[in-house]
Amino acid sequence: MEVKPPIPQVPPAVWSDFKDLQEWEKYHQERTGNDRSSEALTSIADAIHHMPGGWIVTTGTDKIFNWARKSSIWPVTFGLACCAIEMMATFASRFDVERFGMVPWASPRHSDLMIVSGTVTIKMAPMLKRIYDQMPDPKWVVSMGSCANSGGPFRHGYHVVKGVDRVVPVDVYVPGCPPTPDSLMYGLLRLQEQVAHFSQTGTRPSPTEPA
Amino acid sequence: MTALTAAAAASRIQERFGVEAAVEGGLLSVPLPLERWQECARFAKDTLGCRYFNWLTAVDWKEQGLEVLARLDNLDARVAVTLRTRLAAGATRCPTLTGVFRGAGWMERECFDMFGVVFEGHPDLRRILLGDDWEGHPLRKDYAVDTPQAPYR
Repeated sequence: MEVKPPIPQVPPAVWSDFKDLQEWEKYHQERTGNDRSSEALTSIADAIHHMPGGWIVTTGTDKIFNWARKSSIWPVTFGLACCAIEMMATFASRFDVERFGMVPWASPRHSDLMIVSGTVTIKMAPMLKRIYDQMPDPKWVVSMGSCANSGGPFRHGYHVVKGVDRVVPVDVYVPGCPPTPDSLMYGLLRLQEQVAHFSQTGTRPSPTEPA
Repeated sequence: MTALTAAAAASRIQERFGVEAAVEGGLLSVPLPLERWQECARFAKDTLGCRYFNWLTAVDWKEQGLEVLARLDNLDARVAVTLRTRLAAGATRCPTLTGVFRGAGWMERECFDMFGVVFEGHPDLRRILLGDDWEGHPLRKDYAVDTPQAPYR
């Protein structure tokens, strides 16, 4: 029986490795190479690309994969504060995001999207990061409401993270306090546009201007 | 037994503890020396019938030190007794009320969490709201709100 060598694990950086807060934040803002891409899909696409004439296939695969991805973004049900009420309304029958293929799912392991709906306290931030880490790649984050965007009215409090982008990378910011279901749906459609431009190379699409 | 009035409660506190309680409606405000803190809470519970422990908190008077307050209610007579005691400047030690009211446990943990008042005799004095690794006590007046809390602030 063949024994596979253990996969080398890069230990996550700890705070003491960094000189100051700016450096630490820069580390968290930067996206690592495979943050956005699925390694299995990348290797399959690579193999096909190196076959004779395979490039004809691979140029089309991105489009197909992205179409599949954007049509079934499953958000993890992760309500933090009052914005969660608006998020629930968005998921419910009146606004019905299920027509975009979004099914609120109660497990981060099956989800593609985390909607950070509400105030992120310093005590909650490690749990939020953990749920984000449990989601499989590729994954996206929508920051919903003023509190998640910047700390909002609690920005000068002692206990609130000044923007969830200090904890996880954010794709779409939805302003409002709280945002209406319409605003959130607009943000989700913007996210679908971003996903449609997602590339197999792992590079993030540049932010598009609102239409 | 006739219902307790606020004035009667004030006079009984006066004769037992020798402090002047300010009466306002049904609310008594009793400034106490620190060493009679527990005794007065016991007196209010057993003798005045204030069996409902409403809240306990503190006020930071900066260089004049901390003040600890506890409100005990007699819900039948509608009399509320607010016990107040001043800690010396820079002092953080205060006797616990957990021996009188078991419900004081979490209130005192919160007061310790926010103001750093150390309740002597408390069975389990840990932080209750903030994380265990939090530094400082945020409701103190000298707490800088922008204290870095790596990596989130």
